[in-house]
Amino acid sequence: MSEVAEKTKAPSEPLFSKKNKKLVTDPLTDNNPITIQVLGICSALAITVQVEQAVVMSASVLFVLLFGNITISLLRNLIPSRIRIIVQLVVVASLVIIVNELLAAFLPDVSEKLSVFVGLIITNCIIMGRFEAFAMGNKVWPSAMDALGNSFGYAWILIVVAFFRELLGSGTIWGVQIFGSALPGEEWGLYTMGYVNNNMMILPPMALIIVGVIIWIQRSRNKALIEEH
Amino acid sequence: MESTLDILIKAIFSENMIFAYFLGMCSYLAVSKTVKTAVGLGAAVIFVLVVTVPVNYLLENYLLKEGALSWINPEWAEIDLSFLSFIMFIAVVASIVQLVEMLVEKFAPALYGALGIFLPLIAVNCSILGGALFMQERQYSTILDASAFAFGSGIGWFIAIVAIAAIREKIRYSQVPAPLRGLGITFILTGLMGIAFMSFMGIKYGKDKKDDGEKTSIIITIDKENTIKRG
Repeated sequence: MSEVAEKTKAPSEPLFSKKNKKLVTDPLTDNNPITIQVLGICSALAITVQVEQAVVMSASVLFVLLFGNITISLLRNLIPSRIRIIVQLVVVASLVIIVNELLAAFLPDVSEKLSVFVGLIITNCIIMGRFEAFAMGNKVWPSAMDALGNSFGYAWILIVVAFFRELLGSGTIWGVQIFGSALPGEEWGLYTMGYVNNNMMILPPMALIIVGVIIWIQRSRNKALIEEH
Repeated sequence: MESTLDILIKAIFSENMIFAYFLGMCSYLAVSKTVKTAVGLGAAVIFVLVVTVPVNYLLENYLLKEGALSWINPEWAEIDLSFLSFIMFIAVVASIVQLVEMLVEKFAPALYGALGIFLPLIAVNCSILGGALFMQERQYSTILDASAFAFGSGIGWFIAIVAIAAIREKIRYSQVPAPLRGLGITFILTGLMGIAFMSFMGIKYGKDKKDDGEKTSIIITIDKENTIKRG
């Protein structure tokens, strides 16, 4: 018995082999789900007004993608390919229901602000994209690594965008005032010198422009990513 | 309450699916390289929204909402199945898309030729599920209102994708900085178009303005708080 176990163990690679590490690190930069694969923008940009929302949203996506990828990877040989989309949707929808109920129970404020966007994780293209492209054809552990990499790649873009929008738009980070207070009668900090928050940053179009700038910076650093048109 | 026409116009302009909520961005960015395909996808989105939102409205009001089951048996008035709504809505969307695809293929081959390849894409388009979830959140009072909202959202999405496709066709002849080409400039253009669409936000609809602003988006509420803070 032990011999068999050893035999199967021998060719398997270590848990953190180069290949598996690459699965995690690649989506952070050169294969980022948002800026390169153009997945998951749908529900990403609307919730980047505050850092807190962005972090909660990223955590939800991490949860759904990780357990979804693991589930699909476990079931990959049992799913008939004709109905795989429906099976994938059912898996995501059940996970999203869990996330939504948890958020509503423990973080009611954030849950209210995220409104429909938690539900929209179901149709978040990252999730379906990773199921189709990776979990359907790979073992459980690499799928989990892939899920981690992609959700962190998604998370850092969200958090960077939210950081700038909240800092410049409301003058706060995670609700903590950075530049002082603008309350009439008790101003302090920069506001006494006439600093004004840029309300434009709170409006939805600015999220797109910030992501555009991130793409610009990323592609100037790595010329291989530049598109023809 | 808002009239049906207000809901329609609001959904097209000030609460545009793309520019105010970023819904359906994935296909919006992927299929907006030429105007022709953009028109096809836009039409398919209008069509599927108009079919699925009313069906989901009926489901929501006669099955899922708290007390919705009381039409079967008054004792069931306390049952609240709304936690099931995500899975129900997405199942409805996926199956209706499949059904519509088969019907269109059988009875309108010409239309199928135009919409065909886009229909499967639409099952996982955020704007369709988003339409259903916004319908649920905003609690429209009649099915007519819900349909008007669906139609308006579809038209708004159509306008957005056709406009960006036209701009992208032209921008090929411009000297865009190399790292911005393609995706980068599309993001920034969408942002600028969004700013243009924001000018529709202040429109006053109808006479009844008392309860306006209660049901507006997250972004606007935060904006208001901020303005209040600044005095």
